[in-house]
Amino acid sequence: MRCDVAVIGGGPAGLAAAIAAQERDARRVLVIERAEELGGILPQCIHNGFGVEVFGEDLTGPTYAQRYMDRAFELGVEALLDTMVLEISPGRITATNARHGILEIEAGAIVLAMGCRERPRGALAIPGTRPAGVYTAGTAQRLVNIEGVMPGERFVILGSGDIGMIMARRLTFEGARVERVLEIQPFVSGLMRNYVQCLQDFDIPLQRSHTVVDIRGDRRVEAVVSAEVDPDWHPIPGTEEVIPCDTLLLSVGLIPENELSRQAGVELDEATGGPVVDERFQTSVPGIFAAGNVVHVYDLVDDVSHAGERAGASAAEFALERREEPARKVRLRAGENIRYIVPQVLDPEGLRRGEQRLQMRVRRPIEAPVVLRVEAGGETLLRRRLRYVRPGEMVSLTLPERTYSQVRDADEVGVSVEERGG
Amino acid sequence: MQRVDAAYDVIIIGAGVVGCLTARALSRYRLRVLLLEKASDVGTGATKANTAIVHAGYDPLPGTHKARFNVRGNNMYPQLCAELNVPYSRQGDYVVALSQEDMRTLEELRERGRRNGVSGLEIVSGDQVRRTEPALTPQALGGLWAPSGGIVDPFLLTVAAAENAVTNGIKLLLETEALGFEKDGQRIVGVRTDRGTFPCQWVVNCAGLHADEVMAWAGQDGFTITPRKGEYVVFDKAKSMVKTVLFPCPTPISKGILVTLTTHGNTLIGPNAQNIENREDWAVTAQGLAEVLQGARKLVPSLEARDVIAVFAGLRPSGSTGDFLMEVHQVGATLCGRPGGFVNLAGIESPGLTAAPALAQWVVEALEDHGLELEEKREYNPLRPAPPRFSKLSRREQTALIEKDPRYGRIVCRCEMVTEGEIVRAIHAPVPARTYDALKRRTRCGTGRCQGGFDTPRVVNILARELGVSPLEVTKKGPGSELVLRGTKEGGDAL
Repeated sequence: MRCDVAVIGGGPAGLAAAIAAQERDARRVLVIERAEELGGILPQCIHNGFGVEVFGEDLTGPTYAQRYMDRAFELGVEALLDTMVLEISPGRITATNARHGILEIEAGAIVLAMGCRERPRGALAIPGTRPAGVYTAGTAQRLVNIEGVMPGERFVILGSGDIGMIMARRLTFEGARVERVLEIQPFVSGLMRNYVQCLQDFDIPLQRSHTVVDIRGDRRVEAVVSAEVDPDWHPIPGTEEVIPCDTLLLSVGLIPENELSRQAGVELDEATGGPVVDERFQTSVPGIFAAGNVVHVYDLVDDVSHAGERAGASAAEFALERREEPARKVRLRAGENIRYIVPQVLDPEGLRRGEQRLQMRVRRPIEAPVVLRVEAGGETLLRRRLRYVRPGEMVSLTLPERTYSQVRDADEVGVSVEERGG
Repeated sequence: MQRVDAAYDVIIIGAGVVGCLTARALSRYRLRVLLLEKASDVGTGATKANTAIVHAGYDPLPGTHKARFNVRGNNMYPQLCAELNVPYSRQGDYVVALSQEDMRTLEELRERGRRNGVSGLEIVSGDQVRRTEPALTPQALGGLWAPSGGIVDPFLLTVAAAENAVTNGIKLLLETEALGFEKDGQRIVGVRTDRGTFPCQWVVNCAGLHADEVMAWAGQDGFTITPRKGEYVVFDKAKSMVKTVLFPCPTPISKGILVTLTTHGNTLIGPNAQNIENREDWAVTAQGLAEVLQGARKLVPSLEARDVIAVFAGLRPSGSTGDFLMEVHQVGATLCGRPGGFVNLAGIESPGLTAAPALAQWVVEALEDHGLELEEKREYNPLRPAPPRFSKLSRREQTALIEKDPRYGRIVCRCEMVTEGEIVRAIHAPVPARTYDALKRRTRCGTGRCQGGFDTPRVVNILARELGVSPLEVTKKGPGSELVLRGTKEGGDAL
């Protein structure tokens, strides 16, 4: 099988990439999806809040996904469903499914759009027994919204990630009781609007600086033990509390899914857990692009779709040999209170073609006005005022075309957050 | 002579690795054998959670059962695992010395090993160990190299032995708990269970953590089992740190916290050792995990907590004599002219996994010595074919497998690359996997870095379909551990 652009993953990033590639006249665009349906995680996200930026409408996950699916099929994008990619190398993909067996696919360019996975219990090393009734929030969401079954009746949710908070509300609608949401950090880790609409509006208590220190029950969860933690996240003795429940949901972070990237020899960023990409979303391996949650975990699907579009368009240009490889790339450096910046590298020539969007996360929240400063070679390129910064809310910044010559002459471009004293 | 046809020749209580290998050893002969297990699967007690190491045999004190059956068992492993098609690797192991005192301990161990009959032991320099194991601490002064040390998947060995025994005519009853003995005077004539009473001539006690309770039914109360908990930590395969096994120098009560490779390619560390009261206390503690990580870092300092994918605890059935208890009791008159009695295998803690095949062989010989007639079956087949493992096959083999059964082309567990074909086969195997955990241990589904996040909803549906039950009846590890509790308001109709 041959195609110009092969997209691995049919979620929002992959669909947007496939559409953009097809719109750039790639001859054959193929989406390879391991699930039986396209849309990635969106079909199980039956709540609203999607598409405000892209469509100017407030849509549910399935509706948002459907719009992209309709457009993709209208353009003639092909999809292989229920198909798992086993191996990739530049220009080549090995996959398997029940209908065709082992498939060898040659592709002019590849877009990695595998999304992310949830951190499981083991990664937190939560002590206690190993009974039924411990699920990640996303698995519970699939059970409830796709399979139509309830994983429990009395829940404790560890972590105030967005999926966890949305599930707290969803489970309440289904007649279950959510006893409490525990968050190890002193602040909410998901979006503030989810905290208000999913927890506060339903009187679900949130305890910050708390974690689960024990899981009890032999066959089924019978209780979890919570405890307050010190600033280093160590449980404080004497603060333990037994919370009877039958299910513990974990919403403790998402990790970009990069087993295939690693195998293809793509350079990964320790801070994001995803590939290092340039402003065209090309990875360190020419011809392999990456977009969406596989690169870094986004807050909003609209941003994922934007990234997918860019990666898909770049992949088509690569496959059709319409663009030169950059002579040199400038690195973006995460300065004071910045955890990471995407893209990690920038072709200065990109700035001659247009402004470039930088996306980043801060390390710690500052609930006061701050200045975001971009500098190169000791010179300030840009200053932007923000009312606050929070790790749960991604910060976007546009580097205008006028910065071209300064970026071109620099070794690296730094971004930092400064508190606005006085 | 009157025959009691309903009676089993031998009932084995407990389908752990010792019980299942004993069943398999007996399945060679024309005997009626019943294997009883209270759990929903074989190997869910001491067998399921240990270091998975096939010890060379330099550690136990010379003259003990532990020493004798360790070395004997180790010698049996290559053939056993070849016959049963079980992952086993004899890659050798090292005991690492971190001080001059440890260096003297290595010499003691080498001498002990020589007396136990362990061959190939050699003391090598720290640099020599680091050539094989670059992650070993620079503080290591030397190591005792034991070429016959190995690793095995203890659970798959147990399943394979049970399957082979069942294929050769042994009866296995899962979810059947032995509750006591039927006696005729002093003599045991049957085993009472929650599914009725099964008459028998011989009872073999392989009850692991509960072996002393079974002994008490027979009026034997001098021996006690203390569960000794050990906690373990598993690392992501992408962060594999060792190619062999690295032991610290042993203390009088334990071989210490070690760093080992598993047959699946993960690095495993542990165990600590803590005597506890409750024989079903499998809980992991925060202190225990910290102790294990700290202990293992003495050998491999670069182990990182963030690469941990799973933690678990195991219970060692530690016997009050400090050695394996191996004895045959033949009480009272024979039943209908046939001999009978009670065989104990108790306190089978480390090196119990290594010794298990030799212990099984000992049971066969002991029964024969006490009058059980052993007639070999002509149809006995010691081979158990390996179930296909998609991720381990070449592309050509994968293609051929999918052509035969397309379900082998559908990946259900993305991290471990387990196919629907493998899951369905395990559900319908001679020892059927009827729970999520049973499937997990056989196929590795849900054991990778996402720990079942992706496959759980899919596996619930496959189990429900193949067992012909509602998803609400699918369990993690038997009744009471249902994975989902009810339908949603609108989704319930489909159930």
